[in-house]
Amino acid sequence: MTDVAQSSSGAYALPRRRSKLEKLIQNVSFWRGVTAVIVFLCVWEVGSRMDEWLGEAWTVPFVGLIPPPTDVAVAWLEVLPKAGYWNSWYESFRRVLSGFLVAMALGIPFGLLLAVNKYFRDLFFPPFEILRPIPPLAWVPASLIFWPTNEMSIAFVTFLGAFFTIVINVLGGARSIDVRYLRAAQSMGASQWHLFSRIVLPATLPSIFTGAAVGMGITWEVVLAAEMISGGGTQGGGGLGFFIWNSYMGGSLTQIVVGMISIGIAGFLSSSAIRALGDWFMPWKRMF
Amino acid sequence: MNVSAPFSEAGTPHKKPEQALKGAISIRNVTKIYDPEGVNVMAVDNASMEIAGGEVCMIVGPSGCGKTTLLNAIAGFHSITSGEIRLDGELLCGPGKPKAKQGADRMVVFQHGALFPWKTLAENVAYGPIVQGALSKSLAMEKARHMLADAGLGDVGNKYPGEVSSGMARRAEIVRALINDPKVLLLDEPYRAMDALTKSIMHESLLETYDRTKVTIFFITHDLEEAIFLGDKVHIVTTRPCQLKKTVNVDIPRPRSYAVQSSEQFRVLMEEVNEAVHEEAIKAFEAGERELA
Ligand SMILES: Nc1ncnc2c1ncn2[C@@H]1O[C@H](COP(=O)(O)OP(=O)(O)OP(=O)(O)O)[C@@H](O)[C@H]1O
Ligand SMILES: [Mg+2]
Repeated sequence: MTDVAQSSSGAYALPRRRSKLEKLIQNVSFWRGVTAVIVFLCVWEVGSRMDEWLGEAWTVPFVGLIPPPTDVAVAWLEVLPKAGYWNSWYESFRRVLSGFLVAMALGIPFGLLLAVNKYFRDLFFPPFEILRPIPPLAWVPASLIFWPTNEMSIAFVTFLGAFFTIVINVLGGARSIDVRYLRAAQSMGASQWHLFSRIVLPATLPSIFTGAAVGMGITWEVVLAAEMISGGGTQGGGGLGFFIWNSYMGGSLTQIVVGMISIGIAGFLSSSAIRALGDWFMPWKRMF
Repeated sequence: MNVSAPFSEAGTPHKKPEQALKGAISIRNVTKIYDPEGVNVMAVDNASMEIAGGEVCMIVGPSGCGKTTLLNAIAGFHSITSGEIRLDGELLCGPGKPKAKQGADRMVVFQHGALFPWKTLAENVAYGPIVQGALSKSLAMEKARHMLADAGLGDVGNKYPGEVSSGMARRAEIVRALINDPKVLLLDEPYRAMDALTKSIMHESLLETYDRTKVTIFFITHDLEEAIFLGDKVHIVTTRPCQLKKTVNVDIPRPRSYAVQSSEQFRVLMEEVNEAVHEEAIKAFEAGERELA
C-alpha cells in the first residue's frame, strides 16, 4: 500500500503517481542494498591490501589472497573491449537458453500430463523418479560417449538439469490445485479442454515459474561446469566457464574474479528476466 | 437464458410468487457411507427432507455431522450410497445412478470461496455463460458488469479476487452463480469467518437477491440468528450420522429488515432452535468423548 497523505483540509489527497525510477530512488530497501554492496567492497579492498600497507605479518587470511576490487576493476576494463570476453558471454548464454527453453518446452507438457492422466502417471512417473536424483554432472561421462560432439553433450546435460526440476514443480503445482476450482468450473459447464486450459494451466503457472527460476539456476551451474570440463578444445569450447578456467591456467587471479563476477551478473540478469516474465504472465500476483 | 435481451432485469427474469416456483428438491432416505481405507464412516443415515421451490432452507447441526456431505451429493461432487435425490421431480441421483451430474442448475458457493484468483471479478462472473456457449465473450462480459453493478460491485469488476475484501468476493461469487440462472443456490457456510458488520451487509444483499430472483436456497450455517433471519425453514440435523431432527418454520413476513431480530417472535424462534441444537451438540460432544476414550 502506498502512503496516503492527509492534507490540511482533512480530506485525503490521492497519492501522486510515481515513475518506476522515482519509486526505486525513494525506496529504503534499495538504498540499504546499495550501502551493503559498498561496505562489502570496502571491507574487501581494505582486507586484501592490509599486507601491502602494514607488511606481510598483517595478511588477512583468505581475503588477503584475493586481489582487491580496484585491481579486479582494472582487469575488467582491460577485457571489456575484447571480443573474446563478450564471446564467452554469448556462448554461455546461448547454451543456457537453449537447454533451458527445450527443458521448458518438454517439461511443462510432460509435468501437466503426469498430473492429469493417471495412466500416463502410472507408466512414466516411476522411471522419472529413478532418474531424477542423479545429479546432472553425473550424466557427463555417459553423454560424452552417447553424443557425437562435445557441444551436444553439454546441451544434453544442461537440458537434463532443468528438465527434472521443471517437471517436478509443474506436477506438484498441478496436483495441488484446489478441488473447489475444478468443481466450480465443472458446475458451470466447463469442457475437459476448458478445464485444462482455463483452470489447470493458470492455477499451475506459479509453480511453473518457481520451477523455471530454480531450473535456470541449475542450467547455469551445469553449463559452467561443463565448459570447464570440456577445457575449450576446438569443440564445445568458450563460454564464461572456460574464461575462468583459462585465467586459472594462465595464473591470472584477477581475471578469475572478473569471470566469477561476470557469472554472478549473468545469473542475476537471468533470474530478473524470469521474474519479469512471471509478473507479466500472472497479473493477479502483481498487486503486492 | 434469454439471449436476445441479456440485460433486462440483470438477466434474472422476475418470477411471480404465485406461480409454482422451480427448484424443488426432495431428499429421500439418503445414506452416504465414506470408506477410507476400509473403515466405514457413515456421514448421512437415511435422511429425508422436502424443500419447496423458491424456499430458503437453512441447515444447522453439529460440526462434522454430514451437512457438507449432503450438499456435495446434491451438487454432484460425490455419490450417495442409497436413497435418492430429485430436483423438480427429476432424478438427480438414486438407484442405478449413484452420482448426480454436475450442472449449472445447481450452483454452489463454497465454504472458503472459490473465485478463480487468476480472473478479474467480471471475468469470473462471465465464465459460466462463456463456457456454456450461451453468450459471446463480449456479451457475457457486458452482462457480468451489469450484474456486478446491480450487486453494488460496479467499480471493482476489473479487480482480482485477491484485491477486494472477503465480503465483496463472496458477493461476487453469488453473482457468478446467479448469472447461470440456477434453480438452486447451494451455500456452505458462506459467511463463516466474517465480522458481524460485514455479515449483516451480506445478509441484506442475499435477501435482496432472493426477493428479486426467488431462487431456491439451500444454506448451511452454524449461526442460529442467521438461520432464522434468512430462512423460511430451519432444518436442524442430528449429530453424525446426519438425519433430520426438527424443522422450525419461520413465518416472519418478507421483505425482512434487521429490526425483526429484536422482536419477540424472533426471540421465541431463537429459543426453539437453540434448544434442539443444544441437545444435539451435547450428544455430539459425548460421542466425541466416547470415541477418544
Ligand atoms: N472424503 C471423505 N472421506 C472420509 N470421510 C469423510 C470425507 N468427507 C467427510 N468425511 C467425514 O464425514 C463426516 C461428515 O463430514 P461433513 O464435511 O459432511 O460434515 P459437516 O457437517 O459439513 O461439518 P462442518 O460443520 O464442520 O463443516 C465427518 O465425520 C468427516 O470426517
Ligand atoms: Mg461442512
